[in-house]
Amino acid sequence: MLQKLQNLDRRWIFLLMLLAVGCPMLADWPLPEKPTGLVRQTFEMIDRLPAGSKILLSWDWDPSAEGELGPMANAFVRHCCEKKHKMVFIALWPVGQQLIDDTIRQIIHTDYPQLVYGRDYVNLGFKPGNEGVIKVLLTDLRQLYTTDALGTNIEKIPVMRGVNTVRDFDLVISVSGGYPGIKEWVQYASAAYPNQIRLIGGTTGVSAPLLYPYIPDQLQGLLGAIKGAAEYEQLLLEKYPPLHNEDRGKYQLALRRMGPQLVAHLLMIGLIVLGNILYFAARRAQRT
Amino acid sequence: MAYGEHMALEKPPAKTRWIAGVLLLAAGGYVVWRAAALGCGTVYVVAADEELTVASPWEAMAGIAQPSLGRTIGVWVAALLTLAIFSFLYKDNPLYKLAEALFVGVSAAYWMVVAFWTTLVPNLFGKLFPAWISATLMPGLSPEREAGWYWYFVPLVLGLMLLWRLAPRGAWIAAWPLAFIMGATAGIRLVGFLQADFLNQIGATIRPAVVVVSSAHGQAVDWTASVGATVQALLLLAGVLCCLTYFFFSVEHRGLVGQAARIGIWVLMITFGAAFGYTVMARIALLAGRLEFLLNDWLWLIDPAGTRPPDWTSWW
Repeated sequence: MLQKLQNLDRRWIFLLMLLAVGCPMLADWPLPEKPTGLVRQTFEMIDRLPAGSKILLSWDWDPSAEGELGPMANAFVRHCCEKKHKMVFIALWPVGQQLIDDTIRQIIHTDYPQLVYGRDYVNLGFKPGNEGVIKVLLTDLRQLYTTDALGTNIEKIPVMRGVNTVRDFDLVISVSGGYPGIKEWVQYASAAYPNQIRLIGGTTGVSAPLLYPYIPDQLQGLLGAIKGAAEYEQLLLEKYPPLHNEDRGKYQLALRRMGPQLVAHLLMIGLIVLGNILYFAARRAQRT
Repeated sequence: MAYGEHMALEKPPAKTRWIAGVLLLAAGGYVVWRAAALGCGTVYVVAADEELTVASPWEAMAGIAQPSLGRTIGVWVAALLTLAIFSFLYKDNPLYKLAEALFVGVSAAYWMVVAFWTTLVPNLFGKLFPAWISATLMPGLSPEREAGWYWYFVPLVLGLMLLWRLAPRGAWIAAWPLAFIMGATAGIRLVGFLQADFLNQIGATIRPAVVVVSSAHGQAVDWTASVGATVQALLLLAGVLCCLTYFFFSVEHRGLVGQAARIGIWVLMITFGAAFGYTVMARIALLAGRLEFLLNDWLWLIDPAGTRPPDWTSWW
């Protein structure tokens, strides 16, 4: 038995993981979430702003991180819509422009059709240059963004009136899947203008531990991985419940993925414990 | 030995392969049956504001929306490519290689097209020849030339020099713009790291070790919060000092220095463990995202957002 377990084909573990994630999804197990302090702080950063505040939303990710970042991107936009903030979308990643279109279609077009493109929100699209883009935005946004993603002259877009640099926004939100992302926004924007640029964001589990040291001085709020997104959704549902109860499922993208997370984590812990037991059992068997 | 090669060597017994083959055939048959009986994976669209937007099956039942062949094919291609990538977990195979090659090729082409239309046209050609670009490629651009427009010849020339490396002779010409890029990038990054990751982090560490937190009304001291914040500040300070001691190799790690370095190792290990935990959560979230796409958008086995009639989500 010991020998068999030690030489277990790893594909059985892959299969177990598939079942651990797939079964709770099919069973649709809801799990309660208690928002932590950092998520509340991030939520408050948007919630405390007066209606009509201008927010720059930088979609710095691609579809490979959709499972983690899609829910938090949707939650941020829904929150901004509920608070009637003006939204300016940009992307530092090439596919970000399509993801912005997706978010606008899923959230704004569907749930907030009264918002008008150009007056309440605008998609400025992607610009290559990584941190170079941020550096230019700090001095002259209009030098780089001459048009929006649809080719409309930026001078003719009402929401862009009075916006010449990043400092003219009341808040910057970066949903970040890696480089360039929140780290670059911290290094080139909020660190350079600590009292003028307020930055919050959401990021993947891989990036989150590297960003926590920037809190709270250089980064005022952060959603770490799917757990952060689920807590944010919980806060959003508590404060801004949907008009119809049957619509709740639409706003629980991250919350409903916490069931698979729980079972998969239990499996991981079980495998780590089993691996250690096998290791020590094999060592004891060798000694005897 | 690469991971894929190792996997390729592990050939399962004939009986296992036979069972796997039968299960795969049964699953394929079930998917085809669902597609034929329910139309799973179909995407419906409705005309709104002169463009087609995705609609729910409820709207299709009401006769407002129509099925979209192009978008339905898109869902099926995405689902089959997802399965092709997952198939690597069993064994390296041509389907996986095809999906991988498609991904790399499409990504490279997409990046080129996006860079051309979002940067070269509006920010270079649009500055140099605004009237022509405004009349032909991008009507939204101003046809007027800006003051100092001729400076944009510099990036144009540097770009052409960079492309020179593709020519059979004179590849060295590309080294000049490359040197410019490297120098500029190093300069920009140095300042960013120095400010955000060095100076500001030192400032964030040097904080009063004893923290007094006022209550919500600002009159009394919140003792619970104060003790928590003080412990946090002390832990932070001790953790930073111990980790720095571990990396300080000019003094032998013995006695008090050795003890601090040992604690530093523990702090580092806890950090790595937390990072690993986050990575596990991230990977499971990505798997959950793909599975949700397969079970919801493709197979219609689940419907968390309630976008379909309940009958359409039944297993049979």
